[in-house]
Amino acid sequence: MFDTLKLLFSYDFIVRAMVAGGLVALCCALLGVSLVLKRFSMIGDGLSHVGFGALSVAAVMNVAPLAIAIPVVIVAAFFILKLGKDSRVQSDSAIALVSSVSIAIGVTVTSLNGGLNTDVYSYMFGSILAMSKTDVYISVALSVAVLILFLFFYHKIFAITFDSDFAKATGVKADLYNMLIAILTALTIVVGMRIMGTMLISSLIIFPTLSATSVVKGFRKVVILSGIVSVICFFVGLYNSYSFNLPVGASIVLANFVVFCILMLVGKISKL
Amino acid sequence: MAQLRCENLSVGYEDGIVVSDISFELNKGDYVCIVGENGAGKSSLLKGILGLAQIKTGRIEYGDGIGRADIGYLPQQKDYQKNFPATVIEVVMSGFLNKMGFRPYYNKSEKEKALEILADFGMAAYVKASFASLSGGQKQRVLLARALCATDKLLLLDEPATGLDPVATEELYELLKRLNREKKTTILMVSHDMNKAVSDAGIILHVNKGSGCGYFGPSSEYLDSDAARHFLGLDYKEKNLQEKGAKEDPETVKEKLNERVKKGERYV
Repeated sequence: MFDTLKLLFSYDFIVRAMVAGGLVALCCALLGVSLVLKRFSMIGDGLSHVGFGALSVAAVMNVAPLAIAIPVVIVAAFFILKLGKDSRVQSDSAIALVSSVSIAIGVTVTSLNGGLNTDVYSYMFGSILAMSKTDVYISVALSVAVLILFLFFYHKIFAITFDSDFAKATGVKADLYNMLIAILTALTIVVGMRIMGTMLISSLIIFPTLSATSVVKGFRKVVILSGIVSVICFFVGLYNSYSFNLPVGASIVLANFVVFCILMLVGKISKL
Repeated sequence: MAQLRCENLSVGYEDGIVVSDISFELNKGDYVCIVGENGAGKSSLLKGILGLAQIKTGRIEYGDGIGRADIGYLPQQKDYQKNFPATVIEVVMSGFLNKMGFRPYYNKSEKEKALEILADFGMAAYVKASFASLSGGQKQRVLLARALCATDKLLLLDEPATGLDPVATEELYELLKRLNREKKTTILMVSHDMNKAVSDAGIILHVNKGSGCGYFGPSSEYLDSDAARHFLGLDYKEKNLQEKGAKEDPETVKEKLNERVKKGERYV
């Protein structure tokens, strides 16, 4: 095992995947706690589909993928939050609409340009080779922002997540924080989806929170445990992917699933 | 000087006005109950005062040492809170948010105050318990404690007894009565409990759908008002009783009906 680890660290692209991916996993878990508990977990799924559309368009236009994907996904995050508030369209239908339209745009643009290529395939299911130096820088900046948010505004995030009406009534700018969380989620997803894949990134947001809530009951403990679970699962998945030659996104999701099952069992047994 | 004065207040959301032309004032130690039909805009009125809904016209004035941040709020319960991973103390402490400014964490005296309030409410044993595991009545006491962390001067409550069993309902109302008497906490509450509105609250604010205040004044005279007689169907009942050949004169019939409302019959 140590030999494998040593070998792992000798590849530049794997070190980049580890740094950027590990930080993305941490951000996803922390942001996910607030999103999942507010019943907004599908926002991750929606944004990753938008990201797919944007990346496909960028690939066809031959421009830097992030330069297009980041602004588009942030606009989509605004749009989904706004649609969700409007009672005429429910937020789950809003997300489903935005998702399928984005995939449709991505696929159409790709097929006009000669059909699925490896780039587009890797956007769908992720690739360990995807992380560039820029991604590493962005993910470091992103995780610093997310950590600042959770360290210095922790109680406000709790109040908004638990009861946004009460938080607003006591003068917390709940809409501003919700928007901030949505933007950070959008950025995290754009960086993370290229290693995890469009179809799989949303599990990084949902699984850690579900795993943590099945064994601990306080909000702070859930936040801390979900961060730990997510990072560990990321590295276990990455290691398995390398040693057994598995697709990286899928093996990270499966690691999360196994941990979730174990913690569910532990939670059930400890209640007996 | 009034703690809170609303003048010709109209409140609504993006797509229109829900409740209009409401004027009333709250003085220290008042216990005011907001009653009215479903959809009359009782909750929206509270939300307008709290800044959760838009004030379309009219104005709100604060006085007597009360500011925008000195309002405690107990919202209607939400479904998603049922399985929320939070401990009782985490929920209660979030009431201090309005006093924190840019300070990221709570201080020791705030924690002590939270524990004190919980002990006063008979919840000392549940400080580290999961909020989701509590009974409905306990949850409401925790949320009331959270509101009191924000302030014990003025409380706004939105149908606090919804979904509670009769014992828990009674306990909650006793608690409110005690706060009102002992700490002179001003209470503004939306309620469906006609009997409690009339017996506990000193003042009734009747909100009519679309047409402003139907009644604002002492609860002892509320049952004789037109708003109440219409709302509770008393006119209709009286007529019915008389047509059935009741021998009593109209005044006695009226008194009897009023008695029954006070005893707690919602539909006489």
